[in-house]
Amino acid sequence: MNILPSLQPILADLTARFDARIAAIAAPRANEVYFQARMELVPGFCAQLYKKWNGRLVSLFADDARAQDGAFHLYYVFALDAAHGFFILRVPVSAAQPQFTSLTNALPAVNWQEREIQDMFGLKLEGHPNPRRCALHDDWPEVYPLRKDFGLHTVLPPFTGERHKFREVEGEGVFQVPVGPVHAGIIEPGHFLFSVAGEPVLYLQIRLFYTHKGTEKLFENMPVTHGVRLAESISGDSSFAHATAFCHAVERLASVEAPPRGRALRTVCLELERVYNHIADIGAMATDVAFVVANAHAMRLKERVLRLNDQLTGNRLLRGMAALGGVRSDWDAAQIEAIRRFVVELRPEFDSLVSMIRESSSTRDRLETTGILKSETAHDLGVVGIAGRASGIDRDLRRDFPHAAYDGLSFTVPVYREGDVLRRMQVRIDEVQAALTIIQQVVATLPGGPTRVAVPTLPANQVALGYVEGWRGEIFHWIRTDETGRLARCKIKDPSLQNWPALSEAILGNIIPDFPVVNKSFNLSYSGTDR
Amino acid sequence: MFEILRKSLATGIVTTNYPLVPAEMSSQGRGRPEIDFANWRDARPAAAACPTGALACEDGGGTRAVKLDLGKCTFCGLCAEADPAIRMTNVRELATRCKADLVTTVTYELSPSRAQEKLLDPQPSNVKPQPPSLDAIGAELKARVNEVLGRSLHIREVDAGSCNGCELEIVGLNSPVYDVERFGIHFVASPRHADMLLVTGPVTRNMEMALRKTYDATPAPRLVVAVGACGCSGGIFGQNYASLGGVDKVIPVDVYIPGCPPNPYALLHGILLALGRLRL
Repeated sequence: MNILPSLQPILADLTARFDARIAAIAAPRANEVYFQARMELVPGFCAQLYKKWNGRLVSLFADDARAQDGAFHLYYVFALDAAHGFFILRVPVSAAQPQFTSLTNALPAVNWQEREIQDMFGLKLEGHPNPRRCALHDDWPEVYPLRKDFGLHTVLPPFTGERHKFREVEGEGVFQVPVGPVHAGIIEPGHFLFSVAGEPVLYLQIRLFYTHKGTEKLFENMPVTHGVRLAESISGDSSFAHATAFCHAVERLASVEAPPRGRALRTVCLELERVYNHIADIGAMATDVAFVVANAHAMRLKERVLRLNDQLTGNRLLRGMAALGGVRSDWDAAQIEAIRRFVVELRPEFDSLVSMIRESSSTRDRLETTGILKSETAHDLGVVGIAGRASGIDRDLRRDFPHAAYDGLSFTVPVYREGDVLRRMQVRIDEVQAALTIIQQVVATLPGGPTRVAVPTLPANQVALGYVEGWRGEIFHWIRTDETGRLARCKIKDPSLQNWPALSEAILGNIIPDFPVVNKSFNLSYSGTDR
Repeated sequence: MFEILRKSLATGIVTTNYPLVPAEMSSQGRGRPEIDFANWRDARPAAAACPTGALACEDGGGTRAVKLDLGKCTFCGLCAEADPAIRMTNVRELATRCKADLVTTVTYELSPSRAQEKLLDPQPSNVKPQPPSLDAIGAELKARVNEVLGRSLHIREVDAGSCNGCELEIVGLNSPVYDVERFGIHFVASPRHADMLLVTGPVTRNMEMALRKTYDATPAPRLVVAVGACGCSGGIFGQNYASLGGVDKVIPVDVYIPGCPPNPYALLHGILLALGRLRL
């Protein structure tokens, strides 16, 4: 097998340790190696990669392969950041005995993902500490939407609103505060149930999937070119990152690579997405501690980025720009000049906004030591992205798994250990500054040539993993084609799904009035989670 | 403190004067597609390129009916890429009171090779740039709303399953650049304080009841504005096991604002249209 030299020792170790019990089945890409094993081997395989090779499980999902293989397949995707590769373990689950063993007790990071598999595929979880429904709400009939025998357009009985049984929290003076799904602000729907004693929060239960739109199923029912547009609607604020992750997966499956100029333009768009979201979040966090003037400036700056996006791509959220094989349109000299001018003008404006916030001691007082996510907790929950980097997790796909044009760029990945709201804001501040430098570097060395290559008809029965470091954190799209080369499965992993449980931990002991700012400091996507 | 004031003064006024002055739209921005109906020979490639079915055609008995539904359109421009008869304009203020106004239907007579030979309806209803005159219902609505609300409007935003793209732009209405408060319009925290619901998303099965309850909690007279391709029609999600396919599948809608997402100008246009505060 042709794999990265850095992965060889790990492969040799696994082969020596597990011998005939694992089969290395394929390495379709040098950094993407597939194994097959039986369910019993999963905990051992997982432990070996975690303990010896500092690996981590970044995605766990199922696939209905009964038509081809007579079984469901579970896929455990491990990232080996230091070795820059992915090991993917495929485990067949018999259709006659649709059940699988939970890893949640040892690996809390997979809690929601396992429950989602149970809901969407009807594979029963064994040994899960909390096997209640997660993705499908309580009133859903016994249907398994991601099974192949469930039609996209199945008409379900109308919603009746069965009451979800939240866990009871009891004690003298303890009461519960329910919030949502329709929130007070202009944000997405979700339900939060706070258990409080006085003001401090004792326990927070989060109930999501209100915006479940059947997105993964929809991918299986549309041509791959339309899939790019659907990927743009997975999470509106990450339109370009999600669409690019999808394109990346398709390109890897088709063994084509976007041309240098296409990769450069992708990088600029990804960084513009990062800049506008980070600026908006910095402003919103200021608002949540009543520093509204800072937010007014932040929104003014964000609007400038959105207008630049419009000028560059025809859409303020960069929609329509992502394309299979590169990006859809090239930029002319005037547009490139607009980017240059934008960077030069934004930098002092942004620095002035940052110093305004930094010099406000009352703001700092509200942000520092608020909503602490401990480093150990972040590791246990597999927290990724901004939230991870603010809690000592030094990971960034742009550096560890270079995609787009990140390979040749110099930038630093900010990491802090304290894990409070202030550090999550600081990571954003550092990343905006780095993003402006990245954009400048890319524009200064913009290669010529086409912005996209043709992607041929997809080969049949292939799989591929695409990835992008979005502004929020790592995004994975895994796809499989069927015997005619159409999409048979598209698994979307938004960083939010991984990070939501961390919010429940970070809020403990904080007062309810600080919840908005703690929540905003994570700013997780509901739609990206619910899909 | 002084530094904050100095910065505010130095920044000056950044608020747009819209709608007194026209919206500043980038020339690159994609808005309403314009179709050269008279010279169109084959709608099929463009319809096949459309990811949401906003552009669709159907052949039958020697004729072809072509339908363009701006309520479904995400303004991605793929149809224009596939077909030189289509051009993307940058017109984005497309809100209407009547859903039918978003739809243009034309019929062609087909040649034996299935080319579009003759435009049977030479004056497709929406080929001309909008504005339909205020109809009786609109006038009545305007009178009623003005009577009850005066010049103040309280809006409760409801995300009924959107991707958060529409929310991102709606939040922008509160920015100093668009400053919706200059119209006496406020976003409020509860439907009980609201005169208008601004609803986004295709309405997921899991949000249907929450949307109904929010509507019921809003005192009459109330206005409902469906925002974005998803709110108008289900957008790219359409109707499926988890998505109901648009706000009007659940509650009555007064104004539809197309876009994916509609930008703040388009949103302002739609909200003011609902209030009858735009001269049409």
